[in-house]
Amino acid sequence: MANEPMLSQLMKEHGVSRRGFMKYCAGLASVMALSPALAPRIAHALENAPRPSVIWLSFQECTGCTESITRSHAPTLEDLIFKAVSLDYHHTLQAASGHAAEAAREEAMKANYGKYVLVVDGSIPLEQPGYSCIAGISNLEMLKQTAAGAAAIVSVGTCAAYGGIPHADPNPTGAVGVSHIIKDKPIINVPGCPPIPVVMTGVLAHFLTFGVPELDELGRPKVFFGETIHDRCYRRPFYDKGLFAEGFDDEGARKGWCLYKLGCKGPTTKSVCATVKWNNGTSFPIEAGHPCLGCTEPDFWDNGGFYKPLSVPAGDYRKIGLAALGAGAAIGAASALLSRASKKKAALAHETVDAHDLEKPS
Amino acid sequence: MSRYNRGNADNTAMDDLMSFAATGNALPLLHEVRHALAELLENNKTAVIDLGAIPFAPGDERVLDSILGEGEVHAVLKTLGESHVRETSIYGVWRVDHMDASGEYQSRFIEVTFLPEILKTHSTDAAAGLGTLTARLEEEDEKLKQRN
Repeated sequence: MANEPMLSQLMKEHGVSRRGFMKYCAGLASVMALSPALAPRIAHALENAPRPSVIWLSFQECTGCTESITRSHAPTLEDLIFKAVSLDYHHTLQAASGHAAEAAREEAMKANYGKYVLVVDGSIPLEQPGYSCIAGISNLEMLKQTAAGAAAIVSVGTCAAYGGIPHADPNPTGAVGVSHIIKDKPIINVPGCPPIPVVMTGVLAHFLTFGVPELDELGRPKVFFGETIHDRCYRRPFYDKGLFAEGFDDEGARKGWCLYKLGCKGPTTKSVCATVKWNNGTSFPIEAGHPCLGCTEPDFWDNGGFYKPLSVPAGDYRKIGLAALGAGAAIGAASALLSRASKKKAALAHETVDAHDLEKPS
Repeated sequence: MSRYNRGNADNTAMDDLMSFAATGNALPLLHEVRHALAELLENNKTAVIDLGAIPFAPGDERVLDSILGEGEVHAVLKTLGESHVRETSIYGVWRVDHMDASGEYQSRFIEVTFLPEILKTHSTDAAAGLGTLTARLEEEDEKLKQRN
């Protein structure tokens, strides 16, 4: 199925007019945060691009990212699977399991070696391979095997991008993201817990039309992670005027004032939540009255408490995360030792939080 | 009536209150539209503004709706879900709203143009139409021959 001529032929077979196709491309341009004037170029690229094979690996994760992408509306996952890509392996979505599923993965790898797109969600444990295995193969081994023949890797979710929640203090499994292990392939990080559905499908669509997008210093596509949530937040005018909600039920909260003092991480979090929004463009956390948690940033789970304002010192968690990414610490035994040392340090610094703490005023 | 003023008697007051919450982005955007319309007239240059890329609150929508108003044309496309293409009361300024098959908004644009591109028939579709019409007429000819 992979690498066959795609949309133009499929559209004709399904009775979709050129007008319908242009509507589809206008939607894609909007999702990819590109100028609407680029819709004809997207149409041209999609009509002429081959249909790539996609292998999707899920490691230490909660399946939230897959849950999220199946709710994408523009383009829908069905659109991507049946029209734009050939999803050859996804062990959560496919009917086959165990050795039959692994045989499908190996077949897809062999048939499309050097050309397929590898999508990964979930972190990889380095402490003990047995912490997370699929069909008896450790996550680390499966990632290395599958990455070897990939044209590019898309790390979906903060776990695959930076280790995410499994990486959080005290990181019992020695969890790391994909870029910590694979150094010789283009890697596109699409963080979020989970990422916005249309951002995930938009990145795949961008890869199909224009190749690997321009990335920021954390490996994220600039089209989706170029600005902070704060830059585009509809509550920003209240921040500028110094009007803040001080509690979840005070006058400021009722009037929709800025949530900065309630711990909003919007000013330091890059994502398109404020414009693309969630649930088919209905709303996003700040619009629902809750501060941004900063889930597209490394170590967001340990970054000083969700309800503490950014002005409160957050410790050295952020520095640790960035240093690890920048230095690209060695894998294998060295990483295991490093993670054990970090774990011990984190355990010493660990603070417990209960519901009472969340109610404390800032 | 603004789309944000709907609802029953109990929540009309809240809807009305919320419909005034604004980011202040509507007026700068309308000035952008005005510049684009002048450019269309002077240099025949069209423009498209993606409303999904701008933070908008209900109050901004209210300002946009009330200043642009409703015009004479409202076309509905039925392909991959409905699309509504409406000229506003400002001639040459169009609202284009694309929805998916389940009626959810996919993308929303303001187009400044004499006729939005999506309304025009593409040559490949016209060629397909020619084939369909030819086939249908041949069927009719065949039926006539059988009757005679």
